[in-house]
Amino acid sequence: MEFVLLIFLPIVAALFIPLLFRKIKGIHTGWFVLAVPVVLFIYYTTFIKTTMDGGHALSELQWIPSLGISFVSYLDGLSILFSLLITGIGALVVLYSIFYLDKNKEKLGNFYVYLLLFMSAMLGVVQSDNVISLYLFWELTSISSFLLIGYWFTRDGSRFGALKSMMVTVFGGLMMLGGFILLGIMGGTFSIRELIAQSSTFVGHEFFTLALVLILLGAFTKSAQFPFYIWLPDAMEAPTPVSAYLHSATMVKAGLYLVARFTPIFAASEVWIWLVTGIGLLTLFWGSLFAVKQTDLKAILAFSTVSQLGLIMSLLGAGAITFHVDEALFSFAMFAAIFHLINHATFKGSLFMIAGIVDHETGTRDIRKLGGLMSIMPVSFTVAFIGSMSMAGLPPFNGFLSKEMFLQSMLAIRHFELFNFSTWGVVFPVVAWIASVFTFIYSFYFVFKTFAGKQKIGKLPRKPHEAPFGMLISPVILAMLVVTIFFIPNVVGKWLVKPAVMAIQPYQYSHPSEVGVHVSAWHGFDSPELWLTVGIVLIGGLLYLSLSKWQKFYGIQPDTLSLNALYDTTMMFSEKGMNRLSRIYMTGLIRTYLLYIFAFLSVTTIAMLFLQDAFAVDMSSFSKISAYGLINAVILLLAVAFVLLSKTRLGAIISLGAVGYSVALFFVIFKAPDLALTQLVIETVSVALFLLAFQHLPKLSDHGEKKSHKFVNAIIALGVGVTVTLVALSSHSQKLVQSISQYYKDTVETEAGGGNIVNVILVDYRGFDTLFEIAVLAIAGIGVLGMIKLRLARKESSDENK
Amino acid sequence: MELVMAILIGVLFTAAVYLILSRSLLKIIIGTGLLSHGAHLLILTMGGLGGLAPPVISEGVTDFADPLPQALILTAIVISFGVTAFMLVMAYRAYAVHKTDDMNQLKGNDEHD
Repeated sequence: MEFVLLIFLPIVAALFIPLLFRKIKGIHTGWFVLAVPVVLFIYYTTFIKTTMDGGHALSELQWIPSLGISFVSYLDGLSILFSLLITGIGALVVLYSIFYLDKNKEKLGNFYVYLLLFMSAMLGVVQSDNVISLYLFWELTSISSFLLIGYWFTRDGSRFGALKSMMVTVFGGLMMLGGFILLGIMGGTFSIRELIAQSSTFVGHEFFTLALVLILLGAFTKSAQFPFYIWLPDAMEAPTPVSAYLHSATMVKAGLYLVARFTPIFAASEVWIWLVTGIGLLTLFWGSLFAVKQTDLKAILAFSTVSQLGLIMSLLGAGAITFHVDEALFSFAMFAAIFHLINHATFKGSLFMIAGIVDHETGTRDIRKLGGLMSIMPVSFTVAFIGSMSMAGLPPFNGFLSKEMFLQSMLAIRHFELFNFSTWGVVFPVVAWIASVFTFIYSFYFVFKTFAGKQKIGKLPRKPHEAPFGMLISPVILAMLVVTIFFIPNVVGKWLVKPAVMAIQPYQYSHPSEVGVHVSAWHGFDSPELWLTVGIVLIGGLLYLSLSKWQKFYGIQPDTLSLNALYDTTMMFSEKGMNRLSRIYMTGLIRTYLLYIFAFLSVTTIAMLFLQDAFAVDMSSFSKISAYGLINAVILLLAVAFVLLSKTRLGAIISLGAVGYSVALFFVIFKAPDLALTQLVIETVSVALFLLAFQHLPKLSDHGEKKSHKFVNAIIALGVGVTVTLVALSSHSQKLVQSISQYYKDTVETEAGGGNIVNVILVDYRGFDTLFEIAVLAIAGIGVLGMIKLRLARKESSDENK
Repeated sequence: MELVMAILIGVLFTAAVYLILSRSLLKIIIGTGLLSHGAHLLILTMGGLGGLAPPVISEGVTDFADPLPQALILTAIVISFGVTAFMLVMAYRAYAVHKTDDMNQLKGNDEHD
């Protein structure tokens, strides 16, 4: 079976959603949607066996073969892991959303279409082997994220957050596309596998570092790394199932996927290791520091997600060290990255769902109004407790294991001797430890400020009670996973993590079993990680207890000095500034636009004439000046002068008629009898028309046009006149292409059987032209009739802006 | 003769553009009329003015005027008439509705952006 087609299964399913939503009112649309991720999840699990053996599966669908662009589904350990996350968490989120979104009040049709669109896009991102189709799916995730954040589009915050996420991620996406194209130029292919195979030749290429930075920009914007994380907190305006799915478990991990996927190509670079590890660690620190400042439950989780993404990112960077030094000391990092990625998806997904439940059942997410919900919502509390303790890195939860491995990897960096790490390496474990302390604090802050302490039921908009059973299924499943993984980490490692690690580091491993990492909860009393964790618990506990004393220091940072303020100012400046700029030259006056057009026309034409040496006058080809012609020319000049100088409408119209008649005389002189006849008729009719219409028009007036304006008009007019004269002379003097008229002259009798060549051309050779000319006249006629007969509706109703 | 015609065409275009840039609707329409006259003569001049006989096949005539520009101009004359008629009526209608033929006032206001 061509499983590449399965990427498109959710989109195809989405086609039926609006119909189901409208026709089947009795059943929540989510139940139909649920089938899609469940089926896909079960299907993708069948590949685990292949990837456990270090194998992969490949399925291809040609799209634009001539450009080397195709849909290729390449399933190795890494892709399978992500595919399982996308479909597995997806199924749980859809299940949760069935109880979260009311089927009678919400626009479920829209919601599930966007969600399925996202599912397809995300599967495409993690399975594509072709970078161009990867980019396509990548942008599709941005678009579906935009639509989902803006789902409640009547709220200002939703629209603002949607736009912000779109601006940041699409900016990064475009940068990434640039990086992909540079890679394509370097390697001559768009296939990631082929690029990896020849990656050793890229090092030292002039585009290498540029491509690296561009691709990292894509990854950092998507995975909300510093300083691009600002879109993620605003994305929390989305319905909570979306936050749990896109903005913590899957989409924001696309950046991590990208970094992992391209590690074999870029790991050789010092810039790569520094940037990925450094930015990751900075993000970890920054996110955890500011998570404690937040008062909105979802905002705490958003910042904690930013922070945890930074943690995984730094591990991916540290994992790339193995490219340079093949020591067991460094091989933990990549394993820890993938392991924590799984763990984070489980505990953060459950926490988001609990935040949604709290919001749903109490009517607020403001942590200052919440408290003491433990006795009212015992199940929710248990789940939140498990998730938070796992996030804080405590046993017996899966977060403890990966957190220990993280500390271990950061400690190991000290021993890396290349790229100045021997000097700066000591900074990494210190920052990691401080960030872990804050992680500990916000984990406690989240769960205990909500569920412990005094009950403040009077302040809540709704009387709280435990969530319905269906809503609890998904978070409980995730919480159970959090605990289970703690007890069977090596099974998870063997099935999912090691094949993924092998896929990321093909230069090091040829079979998943070679990844020599064994996870254990207990390393003995002499292991430094244990004492670091003990330190985190002690210091973190103390700081949490004294939180009320120091939380107010966050207020010191003025709002104007934040990254958000920078974004807002930039957006406002570009919007207002561009508006003002365009108003300077877009005046709304026809005269202005015509000035641009005419000036451009004459300047470019004259410039091209002389730059290309196209101007030539061949006096010898000119015909003799005839006396009649000269007299007629003088008449025409006089008539034009009268048109310009005439003070009355009547005078101008008569002079225009005179111009027309002398043009007709020119046609006679230059042996064009048909033209002369037509011109005479048309000119007569025209003058009659003018005479009919002029009394309905106001007197001629220049409406007080300024002298300076008139002067500019005259200059531009003169420029156009000179241009046309020059063009007329040079086009007559040099004929670059043989005219087709000779063909008409030769064949008019034999082919068309006529004698009057002009007429034959019009009705025979170019019959269609004449037909359409008649059509144009007919349309003009209809327009004229319409404008005379039409009674305009009242002005107010015709103006749609009101 | 071509030189004279080229200058004449230049004058016609200059006058036409000057009128089109003015603020009065009627002047703009007259300007387009002059512009089409100029364009017709331009096409004719480009093809050459030296023909001794009209482009009609007859015994003993070999040096015709070029028929191709003439065919083009014939179409153009009719179309420009259509355009002029349409614009005249549009001007009439615009004046009837807005009571002005000043282009600066017909540009609308900020509400119509």
